[in-house]
Amino acid sequence: MKRLIIIVTMTFLLCASVVYAGSTGSEKLKKSSSSTANECFEGFSRAMFSFNQAVDTAVFEPIAKGYRVLPMVFRNGTSNVMGNISNLLTIPNNILQGDFAEAGNTVARLAINTTVGILGFFDPAEKMGFPKKDKEDYGQTLGVWGAGSGCYFVLPILGPTTVRDFTGTVANLWGDPWYNMTTASDPIIADGMFTESDYYITKGTDAIDFRAKNIESFDNIERNSIDLYASIKSFYLQNRNKKISNSDKIVETQDESDWEEIDTK
Amino acid sequence: MKKKILIFFVNFLLLFLFLNNATANSSDPKKFIQEIVDETKKILVKTNSAEYKSKKLTEIALATVDIKGVGLYTLGQYRKDLTEEQKKKYSILFKEYFLKTFVSRLTDYSEPKIDVISAEKKNEKYTIVSSILLATDKKPEIKIDWRVYTKNPNKPLIRDLIIEGLSLARTQKEEFSSIIESNDGDINVLFNKLKEFINS
Repeated sequence: MKRLIIIVTMTFLLCASVVYAGSTGSEKLKKSSSSTANECFEGFSRAMFSFNQAVDTAVFEPIAKGYRVLPMVFRNGTSNVMGNISNLLTIPNNILQGDFAEAGNTVARLAINTTVGILGFFDPAEKMGFPKKDKEDYGQTLGVWGAGSGCYFVLPILGPTTVRDFTGTVANLWGDPWYNMTTASDPIIADGMFTESDYYITKGTDAIDFRAKNIESFDNIERNSIDLYASIKSFYLQNRNKKISNSDKIVETQDESDWEEIDTK
Repeated sequence: MKKKILIFFVNFLLLFLFLNNATANSSDPKKFIQEIVDETKKILVKTNSAEYKSKKLTEIALATVDIKGVGLYTLGQYRKDLTEEQKKKYSILFKEYFLKTFVSRLTDYSEPKIDVISAEKKNEKYTIVSSILLATDKKPEIKIDWRVYTKNPNKPLIRDLIIEGLSLARTQKEEFSSIIESNDGDINVLFNKLKEFINS
């Protein structure tokens, strides 16, 4: 039942965002010349952003600070476990993106780290020649297939997204094996081994782990921004574009269009 | 004999200083970044006062960053619409704003350990220098790339820092753009925001 409510809510939000984006597209185009993504409904997004900031200050940041007191070996292990679980989502996306070599690498990492690496706590796969790569999700796959980002908006708790990435999030409800093993207790993969709470615990832990790694970075951005909302939007969109390009080479991923015009010598 | 030794010693010293100076003004982008990294590391030792760090980092920024170029880039399309007076005003405000954020961003790091890895020439104007900020018990390893402007090959200048693939200059540009756009294209709102930030 809960699952149905989540699906309906998310589908409604998706439809609302698409409809709203369509109805105000020209107006927003005039207001926003961002080369990356126009706003779906900026007023709502800024309000959600403020709400998320408040939740972060009250909940996530204090927990992240507490988490960081734990020994580094424990934090690294936790991070590895979360990364290992995310391989379940990465594998189908590697395949859908036609990247079969990467899919093989991810399958090997999952198999080795889940067994030899004790449920992913350690990362022996790296030493065995299966390097850690970026996570992949359905939003990225849509991007690789050529889908534009669509407009940008901010969700409560979940944070920044675009129409494309949100569609990917909805697809995760069906296409994420970990989600299905836990929330639906998929009888084929894991008959009664996991409960729905396992899914939310792992997602929450992943968020805390990420927040703990970036406490100073977030503070730094906050302190040095004159429009924090716009800064986070820019970081989010740049990061998604980088992930979709599947390249770590800066010479390939950076946009040169404006730099070429700047001559100061 | 003493005189000969003295002359030899002075010549040796002059040669050493010349060579040292030649290295300090390296035109090779990778060496240029390595020198900045080394210099910054010395400044950011815990025992140095905040005032000293601020003064020295400001000097480094003025000598090695193309602040004027970054300022023009961050204005995006709006730079074409500015009057000469507005350009002058913006240039002054941006310089102050940039130096304040530059110092604030760097003073978070105490004796950062950065390995300069490689350099890749993008075209005649730009070389990307890659480096790694090594992990500590609090922070993970971070990849930092430097966009070095090499139009004058004898005097390279930094134009952008790309942290884990995210360009700080581009973020700045989109931040400024957002402020101007949400105020019906009024550049004075950006000027006021910059003034507020500088005086805060």
